[in-house]
Amino acid sequence: MDHWQASANPPVPSLTVQSPSTVEQPDQAPPVPSRSFARARQDLTQGWRNRQLWAHLGWQDIKQQYRRSVIGPLWITISMAVTATALGILYSGLMGQPLERQLPYVAVGFIVWNFIGGCVNEGANVFIANEGLIKHLPAPISVHVYRLVWRQTLLFLHNLVVYVAVLLIFPPWNYGGHISFSMLLAVPALLLLMVNGLAVSTFVGIVSTRFRDIPPITGSVVQMLFFMTPVAWIYDSQLLHNSPRVKYAELNPFLHYVEMIRQPMLGQPIVWRHWYVVLVATVVLTGLAAIFLRNYRARVSYWV
Amino acid sequence: MVSIDVWNASVEFPIFDAKTRSLKKAVLGKAGGKISSDAKVPVIEALQDINISLRHGDRVGLVGHNGAGKSTLLRLLSGIYEPTRGNSRVVGKVAPVFDLGVGMDPEISGHENIIIRGLFLGMTRAQMEKRVDDIADFTELGNYLNMPLRTYSTGMRVRLALGVVTSIDPEILLLDEGIGAVDAAFLERARDRLNDLVRRSGLLVFASHSDEFLMELCNSAIWMDQGRMKMQGGLREVLTAYKGHDPFQNVPQHVLDRLAAVGGSA
Repeated sequence: MDHWQASANPPVPSLTVQSPSTVEQPDQAPPVPSRSFARARQDLTQGWRNRQLWAHLGWQDIKQQYRRSVIGPLWITISMAVTATALGILYSGLMGQPLERQLPYVAVGFIVWNFIGGCVNEGANVFIANEGLIKHLPAPISVHVYRLVWRQTLLFLHNLVVYVAVLLIFPPWNYGGHISFSMLLAVPALLLLMVNGLAVSTFVGIVSTRFRDIPPITGSVVQMLFFMTPVAWIYDSQLLHNSPRVKYAELNPFLHYVEMIRQPMLGQPIVWRHWYVVLVATVVLTGLAAIFLRNYRARVSYWV
Repeated sequence: MVSIDVWNASVEFPIFDAKTRSLKKAVLGKAGGKISSDAKVPVIEALQDINISLRHGDRVGLVGHNGAGKSTLLRLLSGIYEPTRGNSRVVGKVAPVFDLGVGMDPEISGHENIIIRGLFLGMTRAQMEKRVDDIADFTELGNYLNMPLRTYSTGMRVRLALGVVTSIDPEILLLDEGIGAVDAAFLERARDRLNDLVRRSGLLVFASHSDEFLMELCNSAIWMDQGRMKMQGGLREVLTAYKGHDPFQNVPQHVLDRLAAVGGSA
């Protein structure tokens, strides 16, 4: 900008004697149209590159909730322990199951359900709640989705303390399980749950940003599914064995998600059927999320 | 090489009122087979036929009346809004400074807010840690940086936000007006930092009503009127047409000297 000085001569220095800033408009059209899978994938990869940001925010969300409390996020673990114990005792009575079987079953089921329900419920608000950020800072919308799933994963990890405690008090060999390498299958199972969490919150998030009736609907649907899914009750137990309705339980895909990760976590024999169902469901769900991300990714900032 | 290209772009906002923004109309409307004439969502055409091509080194001022589309244009250029018609391409790391409060959390300390705000503006954690001392010096907040942001006065918050924003290294800097609201002495210092920031950035677009700021930071301008680009060209040319008089004519000599010095050192 040397010309500024050069031209700063009396009587009236013309600070603006220069060509307009805009250079010639290039003729070529832009390479990738806004509505394309390439842009959707770009959103996901760029969001992933921002992981320092969403990882930090995810932590912040949890710390935020327990700021100024003395034991902080430990409350997550404590409240899970209380709920799992209470539900375990209640359902062992209701189902006529020994506590040493029912309590670990309920505890793990409830921990897993918390993750699933959290992804769906909070997924409905994932973009609505971040309206300010979306409208003021250009970021891939996947950042908010990653942040949500990361937060849910951190909650899950906090609750694993309860799981370990339960496993120590009620070791798996008391109820037909045993410690083995197949328990490591819980890790890929958790990864699968996280992928599904990303997909479901992207999908539900986009739909509810457009239609604001969806968040309250998801709330009640998740509540209902909690009772319909064998989270606390044992669907192949002796008590329910003769009920004709039990065979419909397997039609509920959430059953397979819960069982897929609960079986290895409790050292139970692995039933591969659950994995196949989950894999198919994952393909369908991520496909759905990909299509919505492709078509409506750019609309989210208009809709929030 | 940073660049912003916009081809024939329009930005149109659908306005869903409480009734249309629900499934009821979408579902029931079809089921009933009767769609009322007002079923279509009203649309606000915020920007139309925007053609812009900016390259490294450009310093563009945006002028226009309230509601002319300056802020929306900035959001289009930042990539927040992708055009509903036409195309846009932004190459480079964008640092938008539209609202100093966004991304600030009242419950966490000033120090933590510095880090988070920096991450939002595309910096890494390590880069921000290095800048914390510099920001502490500039904001004169001292030990307050360890206190939660909610204990800060409005002015202190603005200081913190300005301190962070002016500490980053943006490739594309998009500034919206309304970054005042601080005491005059502080603004003088902020001005220096703002000038430094603009000099570091590869490309600047600045929406403002202040002739002085525009003359200091920009060398060309776009005049927005009712969502369209009414004029585009050199700053003096556009300001003269927009204001109806040459704003450079009434500028005191010492200001011109300073402007020249700023421009010369860039």
